[in-house]
Amino acid sequence: MSARRDGTPPPGAETVRFIDERVGASPLLKQAMRYVFPDHWSFMLGEIALYAFVVLIGTGTFLALFFQSSTEETTYHGSYAPLLGARTSIAYASAVRLSLDVPAGLLMRQTHHWAALVFVAAITVHLMRVFFTGAFRKPRDLNWAVGVTMLMLSVLEGFFGYSLPDDLLSGMGLAIAYGVAMSVPVIGGNLAFLFWGGEYPGVHELASRMLILHVWILPAAIGTLIAVHLAQVMRQHHSQFPGPGRTERNVVGTPLWPAYALRSLGLLLAVAAVLFLLGGLVQINPIWQYGPYEPWLSTNGAQPDWYLGWLIGGLRIMPPLEIRFWGRTWIPNPFWGGAFFPLVVFGTLYAIPWLDRRLTRDHGRHELLDRPRDNPQRTALGMGFFAWVAFVFFGGSADRVLIRFGFPYEAQIWVARFAIFVVPVVVYLVTLRICRELRRSEQHPLRGWSGRRVRRTESGAFATVAPSEEDRAGP
Amino acid sequence: MSPWRVIVAAVLLALRGGRRGAAPPPPVDPRERELPGRGEHARRAELLTAALLALGGLAGIGFFVVYLLGPGHLTQWLGLALGLALALLAAALIVAGKAVVPQEVAVEERAQLVDEQAEREVAELAAAGAEGVTRRRLLAGAAGVAGVGVGAALVTPIASLGPNVSQRIDETPWRRGVRVVDERGRAILADDVVQGTFVTGFPEGASLRDLASPIVIVRLPPATIHLPRGRDPATWAPEGLLAYSKICTHAGCAIGLYRYPSFRPTQPRPALVCPCHYSTFDPARGAAVIFGPAGRPLPQLPLAIDPATRELRANGGYSGSIGPAWLNVDRGSA
Amino acid sequence: MRRALPALAAALALALGTAALAGRPALARAAVAPIGPPPVDGPALYEAACASCHGFDGRGVHDQGPSLLGAGARAADFYLRTGRMPLANPHDAPVRTPPQFTDAQIRALTAYVASLGGPAAPPIPRVDPAAGTLAAGRSAFTDHCAGCHQVLARGGIVTGAIAPPLREATPTEIAEAVRIGPYLMPRFTTRQIDQSTLNSIVRYVEWAAHRPSNAGGWGIGNIGPIPEGMVAWLIGIAALLIVIRLIGERSPQ
Repeated sequence: MSARRDGTPPPGAETVRFIDERVGASPLLKQAMRYVFPDHWSFMLGEIALYAFVVLIGTGTFLALFFQSSTEETTYHGSYAPLLGARTSIAYASAVRLSLDVPAGLLMRQTHHWAALVFVAAITVHLMRVFFTGAFRKPRDLNWAVGVTMLMLSVLEGFFGYSLPDDLLSGMGLAIAYGVAMSVPVIGGNLAFLFWGGEYPGVHELASRMLILHVWILPAAIGTLIAVHLAQVMRQHHSQFPGPGRTERNVVGTPLWPAYALRSLGLLLAVAAVLFLLGGLVQINPIWQYGPYEPWLSTNGAQPDWYLGWLIGGLRIMPPLEIRFWGRTWIPNPFWGGAFFPLVVFGTLYAIPWLDRRLTRDHGRHELLDRPRDNPQRTALGMGFFAWVAFVFFGGSADRVLIRFGFPYEAQIWVARFAIFVVPVVVYLVTLRICRELRRSEQHPLRGWSGRRVRRTESGAFATVAPSEEDRAGP
Repeated sequence: MSPWRVIVAAVLLALRGGRRGAAPPPPVDPRERELPGRGEHARRAELLTAALLALGGLAGIGFFVVYLLGPGHLTQWLGLALGLALALLAAALIVAGKAVVPQEVAVEERAQLVDEQAEREVAELAAAGAEGVTRRRLLAGAAGVAGVGVGAALVTPIASLGPNVSQRIDETPWRRGVRVVDERGRAILADDVVQGTFVTGFPEGASLRDLASPIVIVRLPPATIHLPRGRDPATWAPEGLLAYSKICTHAGCAIGLYRYPSFRPTQPRPALVCPCHYSTFDPARGAAVIFGPAGRPLPQLPLAIDPATRELRANGGYSGSIGPAWLNVDRGSA
Repeated sequence: MRRALPALAAALALALGTAALAGRPALARAAVAPIGPPPVDGPALYEAACASCHGFDGRGVHDQGPSLLGAGARAADFYLRTGRMPLANPHDAPVRTPPQFTDAQIRALTAYVASLGGPAAPPIPRVDPAAGTLAAGRSAFTDHCAGCHQVLARGGIVTGAIAPPLREATPTEIAEAVRIGPYLMPRFTTRQIDQSTLNSIVRYVEWAAHRPSNAGGWGIGNIGPIPEGMVAWLIGIAALLIVIRLIGERSPQ
């Protein structure tokens, strides 16, 4: 289309020829450049996660060039006065040095940590969009499973990441992870011993294990799954909302080149911008203030990063139930809140495409999305499920609620124990009702209308007309 | 109006708000392509893009300059400079992507994915790979044996990561006669532990980091102490001194909180509390759980007071397993 | 079902409201309303404001208030200066409030309470933060105090009470609290926290509560991952949602 009138080849033709002679990529490039992306804003949530991952890789590489993971002891002699002379692990000392003594070190470290929080948050919002629009249905059910797996791996990746510096806060979290691992029925003791190399606090190699998991194994796994995820999206083409010209057999939107590529690149830069602004301006995980971890020390107000908050909620809300008989503890308490609860949540997430097929009895292929209101049952059940997880999550911050608002801690826990079952049901019913109301009001815009019908008489005046049957119809 | 209708109405208004009464958008021919042209709008967009790019570049140079200015708490300026540079660039690209380059609504046919003929051919090709093979079941069985064997071999090195959990987990550095010392190795005397204070102690000569090492020692009025059956106060609470493992029996955090009333009639009873999930233990009653998710009391360590030096020593091992529970942990009391 | 929902909501609200009220510490109110210039007579003040719970001879009243014999100037000064005493209801949690008495009155009351305990009654402790070090203070504070008060003295909770943040505590008040163990706080003698360590702890608390090293920027309260998570969602994700709303379309065109 931009061929010149005088027939000379367009600019860049030589470059394309260069590549084509060696790789023969022109048909592929042509297909790629004309690839159509539907334009709805909510389809970019996955991209936010992807670009946060890119920032994580970039900043993480920088950090890996400075951080030493060893748990051998050293004496701190850096620039932070309250730590002078303290006995810490080399891991902790190197993380503090990276934060306070390496130029741009703190910027990179904080950006990395903010990116991790935003990464999992973006995945969560993206997951909810995919769920509430029914985009997980065939042929995308396989991709849904890939996505849920990535969510799980990302949570693990983040946990290992913030546990590497061996500070007081994350050390407490590792101890709890040990307690949860031990609590797995029957095999828990062996499971914990396997990873920790023995009894807590474990062998020195634990630091190497966490480092390798965080720097190589998990990023490679997540990266591979991202590639599989994107490959499927491209093969199947993105789904789209119903609208003018849109059918189950086509995609309507913006081609990749030039508009979408520029916008997407712009989004990458915007994500990086937000993360670097946060990384420079808002403090996160100030490990130098927490001090080094020792198993006999603890601090009040210790919390995991937000994406593990649902687990601390589970652990705090759970009553002191342990299954013990024949002289053995078959199910220790931390299992319920720390392992069983996430098992149920992730199990449910994985089962969603299958559950949806069972409940809607619809085994067909879907390329057009539902608006959330178009499937009230799915939307309501989903809201109820997320409300359940959210309320367990909130139960984990009852101590701050006490400090801020004065509600006694024990009372909050007791209310939470009932609320987490009652509230999802209420949310389900309210959501169902709202979806149905929205749909009915679209189909019958004048439903439940209250007012007066008037008719113009021949003389030009207005006269009230008696309300008809339709007008009298209410909700 | 029922409160129910108020809630529903509020949510509906929030969701549909601005669009009430607006006419639906006219159907658009999806094959339309919009060239920016020479209109005022497009020229402005081009200028804006150029300006944003230039400013972004300047901000990038600003980052370089700030970095060169040297050490100190420059993180905020570095972040501001880099963040602004990226934000300006992002804005430039987005403006370009929406208002400078040609905008087009294109239509593409989806791949139908299912190709029935090819499917059949693939299946036939796959099956043809086994043509002429006779002892299928034998080969399949042998392959199964191979898979299990080699698979097991590949997975087995994982066992090198750690030992089997064994009775070793119940061995602790505490035994009768071991002196109780503080973090620096100085002996803790009975008179150091007054009523209302709580002291962290360790076994002399042992690693501080062993989960079984740290204990908390408190003193309570002997009349208020009611230990579980089988624990003689002479050995388990001499002079009202009580020692318990400092590691919470829920998930392994250190019990760093001690609640001690200054006036018993109006204030809660003494309690050892864990800051992680607020498991609360009653030291007067053998550290029984009085609130929170912990499933069993803290193991108690019997104490002895050296008559000559008044040093505290252990008078035996713990009353039960320390730390988080696992399969082989039983009730753990006495 | 429609009719059950409002009732359910009301029940939930009632439960929460009762729980809230149950935990609220009532504000202390002075039992005496001075007319004219405030009296500075120690015994008279004591009789008017304190004797109903602590006894006319300071021996305490069963179920109302503890004995003050031996409490000394140290305890009186602490409780009065932080406004924790006088306490209207003995079952309330004594929390920091503006002091009920003037400085002169507090000194008079303190002298009187000190006299009740004889020569052995503990005086107001001296503390010299400048003589301590931040490093020793951080270490000792983490060992003994962070479990309740949080590693940066931002406060926390224990089952049944709040361990307050230490922002408003003066060096003397900190020293007094460490030695007394007021309300539900444990106490620490010189065997555990000697004078030098106490100096360091006070220095550390002053530093942590007012000028901690927030090299990373806005400290968002210095209480850890909860505000961090809120920023990630309410600033990070919110900003990016705005960006993609600007980039993308709102409804199919």
